[in-house]
Amino acid sequence: MKKHHIQTTINGDEIDVLVEPAQSLLDVLRDELHMTGTKEGCATGDCGACSVTIDGNLVCSCLVLGVEVGGANIETIEGMASGEQLHPLQEKFIEHVALQCGICTPGLLVAAKHLLEENPDPTEEEVRYGLAGNLCRCTGYQKIVEAVLDAAQVMQK
Amino acid sequence: MGMKPSPYATKIPYEEKDNQVVGGSPTPGDRGDAIDKVTGRARYAADYNLPGQLIGKVLRSPHAHANIKSIDTTEAEALPGVKAVVTRDDFPDMEVEHAASGELMVNFKDVTRNMMAREKALYDGHPVAAVAAISESIAKEAMKLIKVDYEVLPHVIDVRDAMKDDAPLLHEDLFTKGAGIEPDPSKKSNIATRMESKLGDIEEGYKQADFIVEHESNTKAAHQGYIEPQASVANFTEGGTIEVYTGTQGHHVFRAQIAKLLKMDISKVKVVPAELGGGFGGKNNVYLEPLAAQLSRKANRPVKMVMTRDEVFRATGPTSGTNCKVRMGCTKDGRITAAQAELNYQAGAFPGSSLPLASITVFTRYDLENVLVVGHDVVCNRPKVAAYRAPGAPMIAFAVETVIDDLARQCGMDPIDFRLKNAAKQGTQTHFGPPLGQIGYIETLEAAKESPHLKEPIGPNQGRGIASGFWFTIGNDTSATINISEDGTASVIFGTVDVTGGMRSAFAMIVAEELGIPFEKVKTQVGDTSALGFNFMTAGSRGTAAGSMAVVKATRDAIHRACEIAARKWEVEIDQVVWENGHARPASTNVGDFEPLSLAQLCKEATWYGGTIAGHAEINVAMGGPGFGTHVVDVEVDPQTGLTKVLRYSIFQDAGKAVYPAFIEGQFQGGAVQGIGMALNEEYIYSDKGTMENPGFLDYRVPVASDVPMINTHIVEVPNPDHPYGVRGIGEVPIIPPLAAISNAIYDAVGVRMLDHPMSPPKVLKALDDAAPAEAAE
Repeated sequence: MKKHHIQTTINGDEIDVLVEPAQSLLDVLRDELHMTGTKEGCATGDCGACSVTIDGNLVCSCLVLGVEVGGANIETIEGMASGEQLHPLQEKFIEHVALQCGICTPGLLVAAKHLLEENPDPTEEEVRYGLAGNLCRCTGYQKIVEAVLDAAQVMQK
Repeated sequence: MGMKPSPYATKIPYEEKDNQVVGGSPTPGDRGDAIDKVTGRARYAADYNLPGQLIGKVLRSPHAHANIKSIDTTEAEALPGVKAVVTRDDFPDMEVEHAASGELMVNFKDVTRNMMAREKALYDGHPVAAVAAISESIAKEAMKLIKVDYEVLPHVIDVRDAMKDDAPLLHEDLFTKGAGIEPDPSKKSNIATRMESKLGDIEEGYKQADFIVEHESNTKAAHQGYIEPQASVANFTEGGTIEVYTGTQGHHVFRAQIAKLLKMDISKVKVVPAELGGGFGGKNNVYLEPLAAQLSRKANRPVKMVMTRDEVFRATGPTSGTNCKVRMGCTKDGRITAAQAELNYQAGAFPGSSLPLASITVFTRYDLENVLVVGHDVVCNRPKVAAYRAPGAPMIAFAVETVIDDLARQCGMDPIDFRLKNAAKQGTQTHFGPPLGQIGYIETLEAAKESPHLKEPIGPNQGRGIASGFWFTIGNDTSATINISEDGTASVIFGTVDVTGGMRSAFAMIVAEELGIPFEKVKTQVGDTSALGFNFMTAGSRGTAAGSMAVVKATRDAIHRACEIAARKWEVEIDQVVWENGHARPASTNVGDFEPLSLAQLCKEATWYGGTIAGHAEINVAMGGPGFGTHVVDVEVDPQTGLTKVLRYSIFQDAGKAVYPAFIEGQFQGGAVQGIGMALNEEYIYSDKGTMENPGFLDYRVPVASDVPMINTHIVEVPNPDHPYGVRGIGEVPIIPPLAAISNAIYDAVGVRMLDHPMSPPKVLKALDDAAPAEAAE
């Protein structure tokens, strides 16, 4: 199958990659670039485990074709910490035990970061609806919601 | 479980003491797994890639039931880029041989047929061939070129239909066996097993009753819904060994099964358990592993296989759909006199549902004299069921705890008081075997009764429901090793897969406590099958309870070794040395005036005095320390739509002694939300062709963050007397009460008794409509 040359920016790095026309951005990240922090839970846009941002928009990377992202600016979980310094959301997720198995965690963190950029001081209900596109089967969501609310307070300071 | 208690099983008595680390909250950043999980570095099975690997895909039956007359793979094999194709002809047939695989039993004759259909396809999604190619797109193309000649047969999906005399039969060689039944070769049946257990005289119990209530409940199959689909990478080398990287709850059990299915020596198979992206019992069974291994053997290259979500739903085991009948009687003052149950459980395509376990949990939280429990394990054209968190218990608790609710109402008693009046305690005789030991059920009821939740006001169309649950803490084979590094820090290898992320921390806390060194100086990790002796799966709530027993024993072994070094240095006997606060010290002033030696100091002396400090344990942990929980839920039912909204939720559960309380809260909350999802939404829906109609998260709707409220947790602590830190299994109990608690709350809110699962809006609306004319006529 003929592959297409794509140039894109991921977490600030300019990337060249050859992609098949049917490959999703998720496939390109995981299988071509070996950036496996972004997870596949369903490949149908229902679970949010593959959440990334493209030009500041939160998307399920399984619903975007790799050939569509030429020239885009993509942010993934691998770009969230600055060196050894974790993002406040990452710190609060650990502090509040907001992760158990952890497979949904990268997608939830990307979605939560986007949520706090749009709404820096959300209510509990706004967090719950803001993260309703990200499934977590382990935690029952409570500690995730608490972590996001706590991180919002820290980030506003 | 097929496991009799061994007289050689290990128990370590509980010691009441002031712990420095255990029971607290360690420095979060030092949690062994957490940082890798928040940065995306944690490696799950699908994140492994081996040099030169191929991609494998599975061709699956589109039919619920069909004879497989022929499979032609010629064109697929000829497609450029295809390196191997396997079908039933590539795997040896297996004799009947049973083995424990988590909480459920498996039979190798069926395991090989489930991973790859032989004579028949028995469910929509049943594997019929697998392909390995240089890319996923070529593997998918190759699947289209495989010609399977099916003879479609009549199918049966529902458990009650499958039990009928004229039902389509799945297996030509299945004859009902079990309590009082000799298999009759002239009577083929879908009923694989009939079980029965009893206590006292049920008819006498009914005679003593003033009130009798009977419920018949029906539940649909529900899936564990782990977010990580099954994935495996297998590498069969020319030297005749295999390494398999996979998502599993029990890598040693998988190793034994892979070896058996491929007729290899167990020692030539290495299974590396990847970080597990959720299992809940669903990753107790091999699916892709033997296929990837055999494709790798044929192609002489590593093969990676990852399921799609559609495959996960259609072909991996959900829990059983069930039909349950429960009839109970009590006196006017609320004493239960009779308790009877019939459990009809779907096993899926092959015998072996959770019935053996479910049937012994039925009434086990009540102190009863007259009990009769009968159960049937029934095959039908669905994927073979797997364990799902307290396998089988939520469904029968749905029937039992709603009967209890109605009995309490008939007596005019508070539902908690009714349960207290009949609650099991130490010494209560169970209907399945041994009397109960020290347990904390009454304490959970008392905690619920005193909670502020019960004082919250209830508004119009709102109601409150209460239900309780019981689950085991299983023991079984458990191994651990501790190596004290040259700098006095500890490296712990254990073999109970850390399914929650909490085990690594809990074990580090316990080791820090035992050794008297800081938590952050202990590194814990799951070892692969080459690192340790056999470990049974993380199942039956045994992970932390049993795993920590082996870790404690290994650590005490290392402490003994450390004391031996001090004794040799001081030229005294080893029993003259004690371990206190991280140091070897003389046992008394009579021994001599020696400066205490720290672990780090002893490590420096170790070489001269005999060798490095390490400890290990290979034990069969005794089963024990069961868990009990009571849930209180408030709901609001919208009479216009039938939608049930959970307003408030509180959990009271005996955890034995909490090692890492925040993780226990997380288990309580997560388990309850799975139960809420099961209660209100989740179900397998089948077409009239017997194919699954909702194999995706859009239509199989698990709870999202906006569906649930904050969940109050109350950890009750009644120590497990046979565990050094009093630990009980806690992971499974929280999923048991929600179905019944929510049904009880809906009844309290709007007066309709929901016994048909899930209690989704259309069903509640219909129940309200059905009740309305009756009310109008009154």
